[in-house]
Amino acid sequence: LAAHLSLSLAECPGTGSAQAGRAAACQGCPNQGLCAAGAAGPDPAEVAELRARLRAVRHTVLVLSGKGGVGKSTFSALLAHGLAADETKQVALLDIDICGPSIPKMMGLEGEQVHQSGSGWSPVYVEENLGVMSVGFLLSSPDDAVIWRGPKKNGLIKQFLRDVDWGEVDYLIVDTPPGTSDEHLSIVQYLSATHIDGAVIVTTPQEVSLQDVRKEINFCRKVKLPIIGVVENMSGFVCPKCKNESQIFPPTTGGAEKMCQNLSVSLLGKVPLDPQIGNSCDRGQSFLAEAPESPATLSYRNIIQRIQEYCEQQHLQEEKIM
Amino acid sequence: TLAERTNLAGVQHIVLVLSGKGGVGKSTLSTELALALRSAGKRVGILDVDLCGPSIPRMLRVQDSAVHQCDSGWVPVFVGQDRAIALMSIGFLLERPDDAVVWRGPKKNALIKQFVTDVAWGDLDFLIVDTPPGTSDEHISAVEALRPHRLLGAVLVTTPQ
Repeated sequence: LAAHLSLSLAECPGTGSAQAGRAAACQGCPNQGLCAAGAAGPDPAEVAELRARLRAVRHTVLVLSGKGGVGKSTFSALLAHGLAADETKQVALLDIDICGPSIPKMMGLEGEQVHQSGSGWSPVYVEENLGVMSVGFLLSSPDDAVIWRGPKKNGLIKQFLRDVDWGEVDYLIVDTPPGTSDEHLSIVQYLSATHIDGAVIVTTPQEVSLQDVRKEINFCRKVKLPIIGVVENMSGFVCPKCKNESQIFPPTTGGAEKMCQNLSVSLLGKVPLDPQIGNSCDRGQSFLAEAPESPATLSYRNIIQRIQEYCEQQHLQEEKIM
Repeated sequence: TLAERTNLAGVQHIVLVLSGKGGVGKSTLSTELALALRSAGKRVGILDVDLCGPSIPRMLRVQDSAVHQCDSGWVPVFVGQDRAIALMSIGFLLERPDDAVVWRGPKKNALIKQFVTDVAWGDLDFLIVDTPPGTSDEHISAVEALRPHRLLGAVLVTTPQ
């Protein structure tokens, strides 16, 4: 008898739904007790509370991947820097990677603490128009491990959305950990209180990454999250000495380009591997500012512009409807 | 339970492959470690507890395999030239390879416990446990479920930056 999860995957009503634990397909599922007890996801009343808090956020972009280590945080940080270059725009960067928060280091904010005021938690500001929030700011030491199960992580994510005084924000960028689990479900469910423009999905060219990223694309479709497009990082390496190009992560199955064609998703751009990127990130500096002439910078800027255009277009369409 | 005592009773050493970070080569190392140990004549199994991004089946070219059941539980997929590496991964339980496993912690914990207690590993010198990035449900559950058995230790993988 071949064992399949097909029954539980296809007919699972969803851990957050009213039918959770109660549907016919729930019989025998190892999670049934918990779902029926409602210990699974956000409460609709809480979602309404968040709507008030996030009312002044114009655009929200989620940065996702299925795969770890492909450059989500790097991209989130550079997207934030890129958008904040326009001083008239207010940008917020929210890091919901609870176990491995990279954003504080990448933004040069290690060691910063979160301050509280009458109106809530204050984001940590890199520039006047660029505020950041991460669990990294709540740790007494950067090496402290946050060893939390899902429900506790969900609680902190909710706090980040409810208790942080983001103020008026033109762009809220949310950096996520790899996977399709608690953090991802929660952020989509909590942010249903506000409008999510869409997700940017990051990958690298090799099939081992793409196979996880296809799952992420399916996750987005499952939760009805629009996909702005895919970014292919580490896409080729040009040697600074001999100028020869190598494929460090060969696209054995056609890379992001083929995947995007097959899944009818937009390819926002390909970014070559530049060792200066990792170098800038380690030192908390903006790679775009430190290496303005790099081909990678040009790629990033084009991608950032496409994301901006997508968000602005959505806004115009909504205004038309209204 | 009798099944718990039986299914891991024949496993001599258990090695967890961990990192905090994603994309540093945990699955790659787990695979190469298993193949190297097999070359050295050891009986090896791999337990892939990365439920959202299971990479091991593709790395061993068995992504199209299915899992079957026997009296003592699930039969692992046997891979390698001599079909001698035993592998269990959620990858084998998906109807389609691109299906996302969108589960919250409690459901992940339940499956990991099943992977530990209900897979008929048989006699192994080494069981290598590949993990996803992080320090969360999968890690806590895997260690809790494996601790009563011969938990040898962890190999941590990183990259230089």
